[in-house]
Amino acid sequence: MLSLVVFLPVLTAVILVVVPRVSDRAARWAWLGIALIDLALLVGMWIGFDSPKPGALAYEERLQWMPSVGSSYHLGVDGLSLPLLTLTAVIFAACAVYALRENDRPRPQAALFLFLQSACLGVFAAQDLILFFVFFDLSLVGMYFVIAGWGHGNAARSALKFFLYTFLGSLALLLGFIGLYLGADPHTFDMVELARSAPFQDNPVAGGFVLAAILIGLAIKTPTFPFHTWLPPAHTDAPAIGSAVLAGVLLKMGTYGFVRIAMPLLPDAWRSWAWIIVVVGIVSVLYGALVALAQTDVKRMIAYTSVNHMGYIVLAVGAAGVVSNTSAQAQQLAVTGAVVQMVSHGLITSALFLLAGVLYERRQSYDLNAFGGLAAPAPRYAAFFATAAFASLGLPGFSGFIAEFQIFAGSIGTVPLSLLALPGILITAALFLLASQRLLTGKTRGLSTGFSDLNTTETLSIGSLLVLSVVIGVFPRFLLDVIEPAASVVVNLVGR
Amino acid sequence: MSAAAVSAWGVTALWLLIGLPALAGIALCVTGRRANAAAVPVSIGTAGLTVASAFVVASVRPSIEVPFVAGATFGLAVDGLSALIVPTVAVITLIILAFAAAEGTESPARFHGLMLIFAAAVAVTATATTIPALLFAWEIMGAMSYALIGFRWREDNRVSAGLTAFITTRLGDLGLYLAAGAALAGGAGMGLADLAAAPSPWRHLIAAGILMAAFGKAAQLPFSFWLSRAMEGPSPVSALLHSAAMVAMGGYLLLRLAPLLEVTGWAATTTAWVGALTALLLGAVAVAQHDLKQLLAASTAAQLGFVVLAAGVGSVAGGTTHLIAHASTKALLFLAAGAWLAALGTKQLPALRGAARRWPLVGVTFAVGALSLAGIAPLALWATKDQLLAGALETSPALYLVGLAAAALAAAYAGKALIIVWSHPLANARDEYDTEQRGTRHIGPWERVPLIVLAAGAALLGVLTLPPVGDLVRGVLGAESDPRPGPLELVGSAILALLVLGLVAWKRTPQPSWATNWLGLERMTRVVIVVPVLLVSQRLARFDDAVLDRGIHTAARAAVRGAGRLSWFDDHGLDAGATAAARGSIVTGSAAARADTDGVDAAVEAIADTARRFGVIARRPQTGQLHQYYAQITVVLAVAVILLLVLLLPVVR
Repeated sequence: MLSLVVFLPVLTAVILVVVPRVSDRAARWAWLGIALIDLALLVGMWIGFDSPKPGALAYEERLQWMPSVGSSYHLGVDGLSLPLLTLTAVIFAACAVYALRENDRPRPQAALFLFLQSACLGVFAAQDLILFFVFFDLSLVGMYFVIAGWGHGNAARSALKFFLYTFLGSLALLLGFIGLYLGADPHTFDMVELARSAPFQDNPVAGGFVLAAILIGLAIKTPTFPFHTWLPPAHTDAPAIGSAVLAGVLLKMGTYGFVRIAMPLLPDAWRSWAWIIVVVGIVSVLYGALVALAQTDVKRMIAYTSVNHMGYIVLAVGAAGVVSNTSAQAQQLAVTGAVVQMVSHGLITSALFLLAGVLYERRQSYDLNAFGGLAAPAPRYAAFFATAAFASLGLPGFSGFIAEFQIFAGSIGTVPLSLLALPGILITAALFLLASQRLLTGKTRGLSTGFSDLNTTETLSIGSLLVLSVVIGVFPRFLLDVIEPAASVVVNLVGR
Repeated sequence: MSAAAVSAWGVTALWLLIGLPALAGIALCVTGRRANAAAVPVSIGTAGLTVASAFVVASVRPSIEVPFVAGATFGLAVDGLSALIVPTVAVITLIILAFAAAEGTESPARFHGLMLIFAAAVAVTATATTIPALLFAWEIMGAMSYALIGFRWREDNRVSAGLTAFITTRLGDLGLYLAAGAALAGGAGMGLADLAAAPSPWRHLIAAGILMAAFGKAAQLPFSFWLSRAMEGPSPVSALLHSAAMVAMGGYLLLRLAPLLEVTGWAATTTAWVGALTALLLGAVAVAQHDLKQLLAASTAAQLGFVVLAAGVGSVAGGTTHLIAHASTKALLFLAAGAWLAALGTKQLPALRGAARRWPLVGVTFAVGALSLAGIAPLALWATKDQLLAGALETSPALYLVGLAAAALAAAYAGKALIIVWSHPLANARDEYDTEQRGTRHIGPWERVPLIVLAAGAALLGVLTLPPVGDLVRGVLGAESDPRPGPLELVGSAILALLVLGLVAWKRTPQPSWATNWLGLERMTRVVIVVPVLLVSQRLARFDDAVLDRGIHTAARAAVRGAGRLSWFDDHGLDAGATAAARGSIVTGSAAARADTDGVDAAVEAIADTARRFGVIARRPQTGQLHQYYAQITVVLAVAVILLLVLLLPVVR
């Protein structure tokens, strides 16, 4: 079942590429159809999901692959991966809807995105480090071609920068994986076995180095300060749906790595480095927000708010590693909040990037100052943008609040110094309201004149993302019931 | 009816109290223009049902708990305090919506939708029993305030005013996040009633966070300035959000958490003094205003100061009744100001001379409100204010004196407004009309009815503190032991108010510039916070581009330069060496034997040729293009890692 979910898109991609004379229209609808089927399969899995016992997985599949190096084809799902798998399917489906009116080489685009979807799903389903690494790198390749092939501006250069920088990160990650392999007894790349044996329990120096390699790899991908400079150009020059996938799904691979690999596999090292991680989180929160405040390019602004939002996650997972006597509940809350934030940021930021893409498609500009009073010609666009902005600044009623409330309550409850990151939500509020004001209100001027409102496909794709954010924001239990048991397992693994 | 059935009714009513306005409001907002025609009936109908639900929950006192996040439920309940506040807010909401419907507004669906969502958020705030539930509604109130202040979004200054209000109050809201974290760390849980039981260091953090949030919302010092900007919003918005409901919730939160403030010690004292000083200084600000809405706004902050003072000295009955009486009074005054603004196109006090004479009914109701605000006996605010000042007197005479001075200022600003609107209009009055918007010169009958209802409240709600109703209210609040004002205080304050009123009628009030511009608070905030933050943000953005990003490129370029050096060495060292060696061998070869060394010579030539060709190949990667260098580095790194893999794996196995 899980393999079907992961490989269905790429198989379709192969068909789209191999079969001659598939019309553009057929390719677009095939993409959407498969994306929806994949989403339906995941929803079915969600309904049938029963939180596995600690150390076990649901929908597990394991086949021999490279037994000589202790690596197997091992897929499985738990409360950390199921939300992200579903998020991936949702975002790709939204992109497929958005791209229904795409005229620029729709067939290869559909094939590429289907390939990318398989790679992304594979990352979140993999339970073997080598398998994880393979999917991880394939996703980089896919995204490289998305930016280079369908981007605008200085697309080739941005794509290359994105690829090389994140590839460098993945090499560091690989180094760390090899270290884990060497430290485990018996040698293995299997995450479940590694979590059970927790290598380097008695060798803090080696454990520290291995964690450092993994952290650098994940920090580049997430990205956290100071490894984030590949993000703004990649977003600015990427096509709208490319940005949506990059922000919504690819960034989550970094943060997912923290809770899936770094924390449970290297608990000792994590605890001793936790303070540094907390500090990096706080700096990313404040730095991302402050730099975003100064931007006038809407895509760069959203990109920097991603640094801010990912900073909350880093802060939370760092705080969960700080040892204290009162805090098991607070730590669990922080980790739960971190996972909710991954989902929430995926939905909201993808919506924001699609909205930014609408600006570019209509007017070939991302410059906030070139617009103004957009609410008059495009009221629906204005309503959507304002809603997404409020969602992103963490207003209650949207998923961001559920995430940020838990992150802050949990982090401050464990490490009171985390309150230093609180101004982050204030600055984010200011920058989103300022941007909305520049773009939407006042007299209609500049590029806003004659701006046509959102069409049906745009409304459907962006609207569905925002509706999901509201559903999580108002009825969070269906999500939290899945995440909380897994978060408590992670906290227990780190605390052992 | 059985007890179970009654409680089931109560729970249903509580859900309706929140759910009805929330759903109706969202529906109106989402439907947008197409719902404009239906907006008013939906809005009034919903508000009416909400009032009914409010009275049911006030008598049945239901409670709800829904699982929310781990370790904290989403808890709502009605106790004595909320049993008084919830119906008050519901009734005033209905009255104000009726006024707004009569007055008419652009985009009625959006306006009434936002107001209804706001009403739902207030209901949740007033009944919340846990921090997450409180914070949830608390921030939604702030967002609705933003959207309603900036309701006429074509005008930039109004949207900016909304932004100032939202950001300033959200700065306070951060305190609630802090309180949540501290409550969790303290282990006492996130129930509002349990906060006082949190252990020591955490208890103080919680209290600090709560104070911050409450002062921000209630426009207390030093946050007061946002309320001035908020006056850019439509008058019904000012009446509901910025006097009767949202701002009031700041005071309400402190009344609810008075036990927590008391156990920390310092928090109660701080609260009392911040409240007293706000009442005093913002009272002075109100006296100095020459815009009616600005005067009323400053007076709102000052009157909320009395409520906050009451929470600080533990006079819950005084604070609560003052909150209720003030809600009715100030909603009335704002609506009257709004009616004149719509009719005459101005809210400048000099231009409003004689406005009360032109529409006598509006003028009379305004007079009732203003006299109540001035503390004239036996109107509402006279009695409620004295009740809470009795609590202040018991705590500290200094606090009482400051409170009394603030009461005198209240008489001054209320008297100033009252006297101006009832004075004879000047001959050239017309010239000063329509300075802010085009006036209609008309106030309809359905705009007057709400004013009459509110005026009745402003006149009569003082009974909430006086026997026999007062004892009942104190019983409901569980505040039987609250100190009560003696006859001397009651009569004394009434005489003081009359004297000040006379003084204002006799002499012009002073208008010092420090008071006119709201103590310079906004300017100060701009200089101390906004400008530095923007500067830091600009600098960091430049740092990000010029240092961090450039740093990556520099590192890449350094790597490329290293590769270039190697390549130079390749050309000039290895290649030249090879050539020299080849030449040397040629020389040696020719010197040794000329005739039969053709074969060797050819071989050496061949080696030299090969070496030269390698030199050419080695030069080829030096294309001067950065991305190709990147690619090369990556390939080398990849090869290195693969080598490492290949070399290490057999060793470790």
